[in-house]
Amino acid sequence: MTIDWSWIGDHTDDLTTLTLSHLQAALSAVFFGLLISLPLAVVAHRIRPLRGLLLGLSNVLFTIPSIAVFVLLLPVSGLTRTTTVIGLTIYTLVVLLRNTVEGLDSVPAKTKEAAKAMGTRPFRTLLTVELPLALPVIMAGVRIATVMSISLVSVATYIGDGGLGQLFTDGFQRNYPTPVIVGVALTLLLALVADALLVALQYVLTPWTHRKQRAA
Amino acid sequence: MYELFKNLGTWLVSGEQWSGSDGIGHRLAEHLQYSLLATLVAAAIALPLGLLIGHTGRGAFLAINLASFGRALPTVGLVVLVFLASGLSMWPVYVALVALAVPAIVTNTYAGMTAVDPDVKDAARGQGMRWHQVLFQVELPLALPLIMTGLRLALIQVVATATIAAYVSFGGLGRYVFDGLAQRDLVQVLGGAVLVAVVAVALDLALSALQRALFRHRPA
Repeated sequence: MTIDWSWIGDHTDDLTTLTLSHLQAALSAVFFGLLISLPLAVVAHRIRPLRGLLLGLSNVLFTIPSIAVFVLLLPVSGLTRTTTVIGLTIYTLVVLLRNTVEGLDSVPAKTKEAAKAMGTRPFRTLLTVELPLALPVIMAGVRIATVMSISLVSVATYIGDGGLGQLFTDGFQRNYPTPVIVGVALTLLLALVADALLVALQYVLTPWTHRKQRAA
Repeated sequence: MYELFKNLGTWLVSGEQWSGSDGIGHRLAEHLQYSLLATLVAAAIALPLGLLIGHTGRGAFLAINLASFGRALPTVGLVVLVFLASGLSMWPVYVALVALAVPAIVTNTYAGMTAVDPDVKDAARGQGMRWHQVLFQVELPLALPLIMTGLRLALIQVVATATIAAYVSFGGLGRYVFDGLAQRDLVQVLGGAVLVAVVAVALDLALSALQRALFRHRPA
């Protein structure tokens, strides 16, 4: 099993296109996942009885195999990018929802009381106090969801999409390992880089977690 | 849409669909065989590793990175890669499924071990327990709920992913999904997908019920 380096040289354009398409699918899924799970998490956090229901529901969704999710969506959205993104989004929900609820839980009650005492309205408290303080836990969820999505995109190759996953099908059908090795390597690299960028983003977004204690 | 679900219902309950070597009964047995064997092998590798890392406190960095590496590894690519290297054998299926299950078991075992109260371990050592007694009589029982969660998580993921066996021409419930895709037979594809989902959800519910029954006497 040897790598045919010239194949890589001949296909840099294809590889770029596939990598970008791969990244686009994964990032869209995380974006829509956040869009859905942030409001749901706030609801689950505020209204106790709904909490178990929402978290339980997202857990059940997670046990459905990814290939099954894509296939089950076929009658709805067909062999399209939409199917890929919807399927991946469903998978991000379990992680994003759980982490956002846990993040909101971790905000100290005294901080919220202080905000209330200062006359801050509930919605403003949520935006300017609770969500920022919950950010480290939420970001941990975003990191897991992103890496997971990047890895899962390739499953969509069965429904004709799948970004770098197409290299797996290609190599498999032609009994030619180079595209497969390149595909696996690029997927891992993409996950690694995305994760590192998210760590950097979190560092920038939460300056209070690493600011030096100033002398009073 | 309605027609599709009606056909799906007929497909799922028809008697001939359930019997024979490509019947649902046989495919289900194959699917469970792949999943259980892969999870057992993964547990045999991952449990000692997780216990060792948790007990010694060394290699935590490895455990955490193994988890994120495991999450990033594309299963489809791994299956195809091993298939091209080994030819037509069960290796691709088992390598991919074991690689999928190991990180989940290692990280949860490790998490369970680190969650054990250090005072309890100190007390055990103070009573003169040897390291293996501390490990097997104190740490392991206390870490067991989280270890079980890891095993459950791994099994569910493996059941869901064992569909892939059909991709490299073996059996299991994935057969319906891939044959259906090849034959443009949506009912068959959906039937396979629904069966896998039902098996995964049913196993998850059964294992969590078992877990609750086993640890009924524990405070949460």
